[in-house]
Amino acid sequence: MVIEIKNTFDGIGEFVLFIFRFFKELFKPPLELREFVKQCYVIGYKSLPLVAITGFIMGLVLTLQSRPTLAEFGAESWLPGMVALSLIREIAPVITALICAGKVSSGIGAELGSMKVTEQIDAMEVSAINPFKYLVVTRILASTLMIPLLVVFADGIGILGGFVGYNIHSELNIVRYNSLVFETLGFVDIFPATIKTFFFGFFIGTIGCFMGFTASNGTESVGKAANSAVVYASLAIFIIDMLAVQLTDLIF
Amino acid sequence: MENKSPIIEIKGLYKSFGKDKDVLKGVNIHVKKGENLVILGKSGSGKSITIKCLVRLVEADRGEIKVFGTDLSKLDNDELNVIRLRIGFLFQNGALYDSMTVRENLGFPLQRHRAEFTESQVNLAIEETLESVGLSEAIDKMPSELSGGMRKRVGLARTLILKPEILLYDEPTTGLDTITSREISELIISIQKKYKTTSIIITHDMACAKFTSNRIVILRDGLVYTEGTYETLEKSEDEWVRSFFI
Ligand SMILES: Nc1ncnc2c1ncn2[C@@H]1O[C@H](COP(=O)(O)OP(=O)(O)O)[C@@H](O)[C@H]1O
Ligand SMILES: [Mg+2]
Repeated sequence: MVIEIKNTFDGIGEFVLFIFRFFKELFKPPLELREFVKQCYVIGYKSLPLVAITGFIMGLVLTLQSRPTLAEFGAESWLPGMVALSLIREIAPVITALICAGKVSSGIGAELGSMKVTEQIDAMEVSAINPFKYLVVTRILASTLMIPLLVVFADGIGILGGFVGYNIHSELNIVRYNSLVFETLGFVDIFPATIKTFFFGFFIGTIGCFMGFTASNGTESVGKAANSAVVYASLAIFIIDMLAVQLTDLIF
Repeated sequence: MENKSPIIEIKGLYKSFGKDKDVLKGVNIHVKKGENLVILGKSGSGKSITIKCLVRLVEADRGEIKVFGTDLSKLDNDELNVIRLRIGFLFQNGALYDSMTVRENLGFPLQRHRAEFTESQVNLAIEETLESVGLSEAIDKMPSELSGGMRKRVGLARTLILKPEILLYDEPTTGLDTITSREISELIISIQKKYKTTSIIITHDMACAKFTSNRIVILRDGLVYTEGTYETLEKSEDEWVRSFFI
């Protein structure tokens, strides 16, 4: 028990040092632009289909589930706005981030983990190429930038899903639907929710990289790295979300 | 004169992992310029750790390591990288970057360290180096399409492309069949002739040791147990030493 607690704190300490190292190496040359662009493609573009499907379903289901309650109060015209609000403030960021924890974070964990185990990271190091800069910094940056974009994309698709859901039971053209949506949305709804997605992205990238980069030797550690990446990234997302909501509550 | 001075000097190298896991307990090894030194030892005896200390992939706890007359422990990262570029390291399974083709694997260090090269110079260097390990036809393959022996050749080509003066081989023939092992051993010799390198070769394979070594060092319990040429060690009085040669 005592040893477990000690290991947990050791792990957290190592992780904090890993983050410091990221900021230290961030501004050092070389830029590694090519690898960064490639990672943006892998993390962002390749996640689009998955994010689109879940975004659409979220909007659709949310609309269908909320309709009966609102209809009881004769407040169906609130439905588009309410769905958009829940999507943008909470559901799209969290669900998209969780999906990316499963796809991106574990993918990075497995990739770097297997590079570590097969000594590819050591090989980079001895040929005087900084593996932290080349592998870790590029991936963390790409994930920090791509996750917010994916969330915005999920917001849009989710609202579209809501529109389709709404039209299952009644008819409303898309222009009117959109005006109902945008009437409801304000700065307070969009700004804090967008800020937190950068943190989601940062931690999804950082946790995946940390688990892979610090994997111990032996083939079983690749699976372990991928697995712990998902678990800890998901946990981090909920904790960041909670903190973000509390903070927003205080400030606005 | 230069031929006599050691190009690698390891003195009193000590390394442990955790409290009661002393791996190296004062290893002394010298390698002269142009020499092929083979390191033997049971698995887990610290052979890989020793050569990893030579490029500071692993930081030694104590002891002095001089390469090209420079004390490694005193160098900062940039200075260390200058030394690293003069040393080639062949990892146990080649350690090819598996997201890149063979061509990209070889081009990667070149782009970093020979920025002045034009594209055609880069391609020429890649083709020449692949040819010297006998693998010209694999240039556009992915590492996953290669056999174990081919991976090691490509790994070797990738280290050779920067023209290192020292080569460190970690079990170059382990996991290969006898014929391929023999080919790799011959390659080690032909590369030494062509590029005038100094090598440390870690191996279990006595055929490889016999073929490539000028001198053999045997590690046991974190220390150099004995050393000598293949012929003298083979006739050693010590039964434990002789057991390697059966
Ligand atoms: N990073 C590490 N952490 C803990 N122990 C290690 C580490 N690397 C190597 N060892 C241990 O050091 C010993 C020597 O390893 P190594 O030099 O790889 O042996 P070999 O002679 O087979 O190449 C082994 O017992 C191994 O378990
Ligand atoms: Mg070894």
